[in-house]
Amino acid sequence: MISQEATVVGPRRPSVSARRVIVCAGTGCVANGAYKVFDAFRAQLQAAGIDVAVELQGEGKFSFALDREKLHDQPPAPSPAATGILAVTKSGCQGFCQMGPLVTVLPDGILYNKVRPGDVEEIIRCTLQNHQTVERLLYVDPATGTHCHGTATIPFYERQQRFVLKECGTIDPESLAEYISTGGYTAARKAFVEMTPEQIVQEVAASGLRGRGGGGFPTGRKWEAARVQKNDQKYVICNADEGDPGAFMNRSVMEGNPHSVLEGLIIAARAIGATETLVYVRTEYPLAVKRMRQAVTDATAAGLLGKNVFGSGAALHCEVMEGAGAFVCGEETAMIASIEGQRGMPRPKPPFPAQSGLWGKPTIINNVETLAHVVRVIRDGAANFRKLGTPGSPGTKTFALTGHVANTGLIEVPFGTTLGEVVMNIGGGVTNDAGARTGECFKAVQIGGPSGGCLTEAHLGLSLDFDSLRGVGAMIGSGGLVVVNKQTCMVAMARFFMEFTQRESCGKCVLCREGTKQMLALLDDVIEGRATADTLQLLEHLAKAVQIGSLCGLGKTAPNPVLSALRHFRHEYDAHVLHKCCPAGRCKALAKPEIDPTKCRGCTLCARKCAVNAISGEKKKPHRIDPEKCIKCGVCHEVCKFDAVMGFGN
Amino acid sequence: MGRQFQAVCKTLERHHHQASQLIPILQAVQGEYSYLPQDVLNYVASALDVPAARVFGVATFYAHFALEAKGKYVVRTCDGTACHVKQSIPILEAVRKKLGLSETVKTTPNLLFTVETVACLGACGLAPVMVVNDEVYGQMTPAAAVQVIEEIQAKELAAAQGAVIAGGVQ
Repeated sequence: MISQEATVVGPRRPSVSARRVIVCAGTGCVANGAYKVFDAFRAQLQAAGIDVAVELQGEGKFSFALDREKLHDQPPAPSPAATGILAVTKSGCQGFCQMGPLVTVLPDGILYNKVRPGDVEEIIRCTLQNHQTVERLLYVDPATGTHCHGTATIPFYERQQRFVLKECGTIDPESLAEYISTGGYTAARKAFVEMTPEQIVQEVAASGLRGRGGGGFPTGRKWEAARVQKNDQKYVICNADEGDPGAFMNRSVMEGNPHSVLEGLIIAARAIGATETLVYVRTEYPLAVKRMRQAVTDATAAGLLGKNVFGSGAALHCEVMEGAGAFVCGEETAMIASIEGQRGMPRPKPPFPAQSGLWGKPTIINNVETLAHVVRVIRDGAANFRKLGTPGSPGTKTFALTGHVANTGLIEVPFGTTLGEVVMNIGGGVTNDAGARTGECFKAVQIGGPSGGCLTEAHLGLSLDFDSLRGVGAMIGSGGLVVVNKQTCMVAMARFFMEFTQRESCGKCVLCREGTKQMLALLDDVIEGRATADTLQLLEHLAKAVQIGSLCGLGKTAPNPVLSALRHFRHEYDAHVLHKCCPAGRCKALAKPEIDPTKCRGCTLCARKCAVNAISGEKKKPHRIDPEKCIKCGVCHEVCKFDAVMGFGN
Repeated sequence: MGRQFQAVCKTLERHHHQASQLIPILQAVQGEYSYLPQDVLNYVASALDVPAARVFGVATFYAHFALEAKGKYVVRTCDGTACHVKQSIPILEAVRKKLGLSETVKTTPNLLFTVETVACLGACGLAPVMVVNDEVYGQMTPAAAVQVIEEIQAKELAAAQGAVIAGGVQ
């Protein structure tokens, strides 16, 4: 019955005893020069005559074995050939982006960070040939100063529990065989061969899995609504339009393990009785698009998709569509409009897409991460899935940890982990603008991007889950965690999000279209010193009106960053409005520039650069700024080599 | 009519002249011309038998579509949250100043550079990020960004001079 399986088993992975050098080829490491490191490994291993199988897993893929005839002419190299073939491969994102390029040596379990092409020779000589560790390339724990040998001892990894991200960084994302060798597609097979659609939906409902895209809607309930529809045509859409600025979880999963997403999609299709599926990927993620397309092609060739899935006689097709750069298309009904070739504008619900979605047919839309979790629910069972997380939010969640934090990157922790654990322990603490950890520069964490809110020092003990965050006026959103330090102005931060939602508003609802514009203008008044005592009241009033008067999630949540900043950082707003002063010193219009006479050397550079001749003073003596003439452009601050111009956030 | 529409015709055929495929069609057209020329939009509209307003509406709705020609080098500074809090705006300002561009004038007259912002590239671990065509530059500063531009300018100048010299030899 499942004869097709024979064509996809039999992993072509190097044996366990063989050594592997894995170069991370996620977007972050590539930008830091991972390809050059990879090329250096290839060239130098070849030059040293070491028997090596090189697989390039980033752009295209090829394998080669060294020309054996040539090898005979050379003296036998002291090679690791004793352990069999050495494989040098590239992987998907390993999460620790800022320390890239990352190089892992298996089975030794050594993780080298910030590897340059010049370091490759030493790694080959010491580690590959003589089983020694290159200490200087190891990660140094800033808290203790100790050298960490591998992921098991680095606090960033040690405190995580990776399920969705487990295979990202250890398998070749473009190899179906490798995915299968880790137990891949057994859940999809189980769903097709051993379970009825009812049983699948029941299992997912029992797991308590909630949508990871932002809303946290129970996935089982969504599926059940579509399953009971009587229709010959149903659709499943994978929402991979990760538009939330500051979040890149879905990109990493698609680049690092695209088949896990596809497997979840196949299970979802089976559960509701769909024959057509579609992955809607953000166009800003070219590598994710490429890898998803490759995964679909390979899965189709192997009979996991196509006319006869798992030999069951059922047909299932999958298409990958690129978005075109509209944040609102992350909303279900807007995404459907976009797939139908229209402007991506939402429509009122009900009817819900599960009743009438794409082309008027029952449709479910699930986030990338939700689908990856589904695989685990079906494979290990609902009870196992519930072992982690909280009763209301079971399982794990990926977060993109960024901003002013020592370790930025992609993490996965169980729901219920505290904010403090994530920021202080996994993130390694908050840094100031110069990048130093001083221990007292934490100000806030912006969670949930333009739909979320900020959390303060008082929330460091807060459990990260859907319900407790809602309780404090924030939301988990898709999982972007942006840490900001004391040098950040919270009013300017709220303005940043307001500008984003205002630009991305589709224009359908008046209160979203015009209201966000007016809110932005009011925030500009605050930042530029025009605000009066009424401004903040008006801002709050308008924010509530926008929440009520908008159709979709974009408008309903657009005022959240402003409202939450007003709630937790009211004193900063008051300082801008009442005292015309920005406590962080970021708002240029409120700056009161002056020259620190103890620092000024009288070099005259600022006086020469000043466009309005507001700076005067004798050579080699402290200068001064005339506040009447000064236009607060900040050029003097930029050019001063002695950091003597104060009032610009310093 | 001066423009050749063969490439557009092929794209339309590949998508079976279906109006529902408008977005992939426009993406393919933009891939061909680097932007969406107005006469091509009109041609697509009549070929799909939909009003030109619908095609124009879709083309203007999505940020990815460009209605004006872009420079040879498209410089995009990321203004996602992570990049923003790590001071991406001074980088944008420095690049614009270097090239004499502004928020409204995005492309240099010689069609060499286009400067724009992007909401998030998903490389937040490297913030602030700048991208020139497909090359990603992480952990940028205004000075480093200007240096990247200068290097491209020097390369282009050398290529132009090389062409002149080669022409002279002939």
